Amino acid sequence: MTLFKKKKKKSLSEYSTGELILFRFRKNKLAMIGVFMFLAVTLFILAAPLIRPYSMVYKQDIVNKLQGPGEGRIFGTDELGRDLLARILYGGRISLFCSLAIIGIAFFTGAIIGGAAGYFGGKVDTFLMRIVDMLMSVPSALLAMAIITALGNGVWKLVLALSIGQIARFARMVRSSVLTLRNMEYVEAAKCFGSSSLRIILKHILPNGIGPIVVSATLTLGAVILSISSMGYLGLGVASPTPEWGTIISENKVNIQYYPYLGVIPGICIMLTVMSVNFIGDGLRDAFDPKSKN
Amino acid sequence: MTEKKKESEYLLEVKDLHVQYNTDDAIVYAVNGLNLSLKRGEKLGLVGETGAGKTTLALSILQLLPKRVGQIASGSIKYQGEELLGKPDSYMLGLRGRRISMIFQDPMTSLNPTKSVGDQVFEVLHLHFPNLSKAEKEAKVDQMLQMVGIPSSRKGEYPHQFSGGMKQRIVIAMALIAEPELLLADEPTTALDVTIQAQILELMKRLKDEFNSAVVLITHDLGVVAEFCDNVSVIYNGRVVEYGSVEKIFGSNAKHPYTEGLINCLPSLAIDEARLKPIGGHMVDPRHLIQGCCFADRCQHCMPICKTEPPVMHEKDGHMILCHLYDKTEEAK
Repeated sequence: MTLFKKKKKKSLSEYSTGELILFRFRKNKLAMIGVFMFLAVTLFILAAPLIRPYSMVYKQDIVNKLQGPGEGRIFGTDELGRDLLARILYGGRISLFCSLAIIGIAFFTGAIIGGAAGYFGGKVDTFLMRIVDMLMSVPSALLAMAIITALGNGVWKLVLALSIGQIARFARMVRSSVLTLRNMEYVEAAKCFGSSSLRIILKHILPNGIGPIVVSATLTLGAVILSISSMGYLGLGVASPTPEWGTIISENKVNIQYYPYLGVIPGICIMLTVMSVNFIGDGLRDAFDPKSKN
Repeated sequence: MTEKKKESEYLLEVKDLHVQYNTDDAIVYAVNGLNLSLKRGEKLGLVGETGAGKTTLALSILQLLPKRVGQIASGSIKYQGEELLGKPDSYMLGLRGRRISMIFQDPMTSLNPTKSVGDQVFEVLHLHFPNLSKAEKEAKVDQMLQMVGIPSSRKGEYPHQFSGGMKQRIVIAMALIAEPELLLADEPTTALDVTIQAQILELMKRLKDEFNSAVVLITHDLGVVAEFCDNVSVIYNGRVVEYGSVEKIFGSNAKHPYTEGLINCLPSLAIDEARLKPIGGHMVDPRHLIQGCCFADRCQHCMPICKTEPPVMHEKDGHMILCHLYDKTEEAK
């Protein structure tokens, strides 16, 4: 509501570009729902120690195994009697933050590689894209396995391994959008006014091509969460008993038929996260495009 | 035959410029030995049909020919007595926008759709005057926008919120905010309707006087040239075939047959003519170099010599014509 008051006081042109993007973003209801959902998930994960002590992640209580959600055990217990809530809260740290880090790293590296290849073209393009082709020719799970095997187990090594597997798709996407944008007349005009290559890429090409790439990045998040867990299932990266959303599902998959909450609850966590980030991405895409408002 | 006076007298001197495009299947000779000189504050019109090499010339001056394809084969481009060819990119970056600016043909696409127009004008200033404070720059942007007739209250708006004529004004504001000595206007009015054309030309005239910039107006519209320019270069197949003051080109009887043809193509209000007289034929294929005169195939006055020997430039009171027709008159004097 304060927004609308502000708008009356200030004419639209007095906002900076950043403020306008924020303004358009805030007007998008779905995006705001996404933000709140994402903040709620993040808050719960960060506040985990206040809700359940870390020891409960591993503490087995065989007598009370496979108890459904109820008093004292909000999310119930798994087949070893471990508290599902604690496992989900602490598991979220890995699922959420690692997958965000993976997407972030892959996005930026891919944008740099694809941007340079698309903008400069010629030999730079050939060189960079052949490297990307090499990355693409190896199945990403296999590539990640190879990297983790070479570097050793560990959360950050897992992040590195999985992000390398994602670089190729971002590089290709950014390159193709730069290829169409670099021939636009305003890019030529910017050259004529003395802008350097870096400035043209950052200020004129990226803002025009970033929308679809952001959306695709947010969609990839779900796939990344699941690939962390499939790595974990293979004993690479995060392995059981360390909790992680995907791992929780896979270690409980034997019991899911009769105790569906074991699959449904972590599944809902993954879905909420992916959905919220996707809403945010969609909202960002619209906010970046000045034509979508008014 | 070009005049050689004091170097510093000219702002821009292009000598014997050859530009070619190396495509996969052929070499396209876009500019073939073009000469041009421009004094400070002068308004020069470059006239010629599509593909004559006008835009290529402008891009050569800024050294923005498409990489790997466009190539300046030989010649020289001197700006304020300094050779531009072979200058490093860093030097050209400081030159573009600051000392030489360019206005593009289509204002619809020459503005970045994701940045507010104020920001885009601001950016040019920011690139070339990094030392000014933000408030000073903002003030200059406001002032410049006012000068081109855009209320500064609209500077936060985006290109799609403006009409074509207003966008072209914004492009002009961008081109002139760093007060360049030379403005290359590449068909600035072609994409606009006639009433807006007149406004834009008027605006350019006013601003030109204000900043005392020289203007190279690239166009195929002779009406615009007559209205705006001091001097005219008629370009055909990458060469200047006629050069002179506007009065000489439109007024005198001695004309290059091509110029004559161009003028005959204009509808006249004075004479009631049923049909226009277009120039027959097409421009020579720029992939082949021509032995004789490049206009010979389409010329009504074509003589045997035109097919075999290239014509030389004939000069009379600063009016230059590249044609064999004037060989005899020259000798008679």
